[in-house]
Amino acid sequence: MATTASEYGNELSKVPIQHQFNPYSDNGGTILGIAGEDFAVLAGDTRHTTDYSINSRYEPKVFECEDNILISANGFAADGEALVKRFKNSQMWYHFNHNKKLTIKSAARNIQHLLYGKRMFPYYVHTIIAGLDEEGKGAVYSFDPVGSYEREQCRAGGSAASLIMPFLDNQVNLKNQYEPDSNGTKRKEVKYLGVEEVIKLVRDAFTSATERHINVGDGLEILIVTKDGVRKEYFDLKRD
Amino acid sequence: MNHDPFAWGRPSDEHYGAYNHAIAQASNNPKMNTQNPIITGTSVISIKYNNGVIVAADNLGAYGSLLRFTNEERLIKVGPNTVVGVSGDISDMQYIQHLLDEMEIENNYDSAYADNEEQLKPSFVFEYLSSVMYQRRSKLDPLWNAIIVGGTEDGKPFLRYVNLLGVTYSSPTLATGFGAHLALPLLRKLVDTEKDVEKVNLDVAKKAILEAMKILYYRDARSSRKFSLAIIDNELGLNIEKDLQVENMSWEFAKDIRGYGTQKV
Repeated sequence: MATTASEYGNELSKVPIQHQFNPYSDNGGTILGIAGEDFAVLAGDTRHTTDYSINSRYEPKVFECEDNILISANGFAADGEALVKRFKNSQMWYHFNHNKKLTIKSAARNIQHLLYGKRMFPYYVHTIIAGLDEEGKGAVYSFDPVGSYEREQCRAGGSAASLIMPFLDNQVNLKNQYEPDSNGTKRKEVKYLGVEEVIKLVRDAFTSATERHINVGDGLEILIVTKDGVRKEYFDLKRD
Repeated sequence: MNHDPFAWGRPSDEHYGAYNHAIAQASNNPKMNTQNPIITGTSVISIKYNNGVIVAADNLGAYGSLLRFTNEERLIKVGPNTVVGVSGDISDMQYIQHLLDEMEIENNYDSAYADNEEQLKPSFVFEYLSSVMYQRRSKLDPLWNAIIVGGTEDGKPFLRYVNLLGVTYSSPTLATGFGAHLALPLLRKLVDTEKDVEKVNLDVAKKAILEAMKILYYRDARSSRKFSLAIIDNELGLNIEKDLQVENMSWEFAKDIRGYGTQKV
C-alpha cells in the first residue's frame, strides 16, 4: 500500500514514498514586543523573503487593531495574514455582540482558540500581541503555533528570535547582572524602562539581528501603544 | 505493531482477512489532488512608474522542456484598469481566467446601475484571487500558479503578488519564477524603493522591461521570443501590446565560446 512520508519512513523502505505538496513556507522576518509601565511596543522588520530571495523590502507585518491592540503573527506569511484577518473579524463581532472594549486579556484567550482550532493543521506562526491591561499597565502576550500562551514583559519571535531573546533577558529583565561591589551576590534590581530607552533597545536588537541573520533587514517598524493611542515609527535597516 | 499510519484503526488481516475495499467503494489510496504543474508558463515581470504599471509575460506554454504551445496569452484584462499576469500551470490559469470572467460579468450587472460606483479595482481583484489561492492551498488542492496583479487605483499604481501557497506581497518591482532571480535585480536598479517610482517615466520603465525580457530569453530555457506587454496608465488607460518580439539581441559572444560545440578548441 502506498503511504505518505512519515516518522516511520525507515521501516517502510519497500514502499515508495509519495512526495506531497508542501502547504507551508518560511517568509523570514522577526518581531519583538516589550511592555513598559504605562506603554507597550511591538516591532517588526519589513523584509519579506522566501529562501534566498527578497520578495519585498517593505511588507509590514505588525498591525494595529481596535481597542489599541497590536498584533503580529510571524513565520509563514499566508497563515500570519489569515490569523490577523480572523482576529480582526472576531473582534468586530465581539463589539457587535457585547458593545464594549475587548481587553488584551480576552484578546489573548480568543487568539488561543483561533490557533488551537487548527491544532491538526496549524497556523505556522509565532504570534505576539501587545497593548495595555485593565490597570493601564503595558502587556505583551506571546503564543506558540498551536495556541499555548503566556503574558510576559518582553518576547522576540520569528527568524532571529534566538538572537534577540538572550539580549532582552539581559537588558530588560537584567539577567546575570549584579551590583558591582557585591561580588556576584546581589542581583541588580529590575525596574521599568522608559519609552525612549525601550526604542533604543529595539533598534539595537534589530540592527544586530540584521548583521547576523540573512532574513532580517531593510526596515524596522515600531508600533507604540500608550493611553493616548497608537503611534508608528520607522527606521531604515541595512539592505544587504 | 504495524507502524504504517494507513493501517491504524483497521481490523487486522490475520483475524478478519484482507479488507474488501469494494464494500465502502473506498479507494486504496487517499484522494489525489494536483501534485505538480503540467503545461507551464514561465516568469511574469512588472514594474511601477510615475503614472502607472507595466506587466509583461511571454506567450509560451511548455510541456516539461518541450516548447509545446507558442501562442498562450498569459496577461488577463479584468475591468477597466487591472491586468492579471499568470505563471505556472496553464490549465489552472485557464480556470482562474474563468473565475475572473464570471466575476466581471456579475460586477457589470452591479455597475450598470451604480454609475461605476462599484467598478472592479485592482485591489478588489487581488483580494479575490489571494483568497481563492489560500483556500485552495488549505484544501491541499492548490492552483499551481504565481500571479501578479497590476493596475491603477485612485490615481496610484498598484502591484501585488500571490502564489500557490497564498503568500502575498507588494513591491515597486515584482517578478515570478526565474524572473525573480534574473530580471528583478535589473529592474531594481531603476526603482529600488517606493520613492524612486516618482523619478521613472513610462519610456524609461518600458525600456527596462524590454531589456529584462531579453535577458530572460537569453537565459531561461523555457521562454519564447514572442511576448505580450500590458501598460496600465492613469491617462492612457489600459493597453495590452501583443505579438511583441525580443529585439536587438547580440549573440556576438557565442562565436568565442569554446568547448561545448563541434570546434576543435
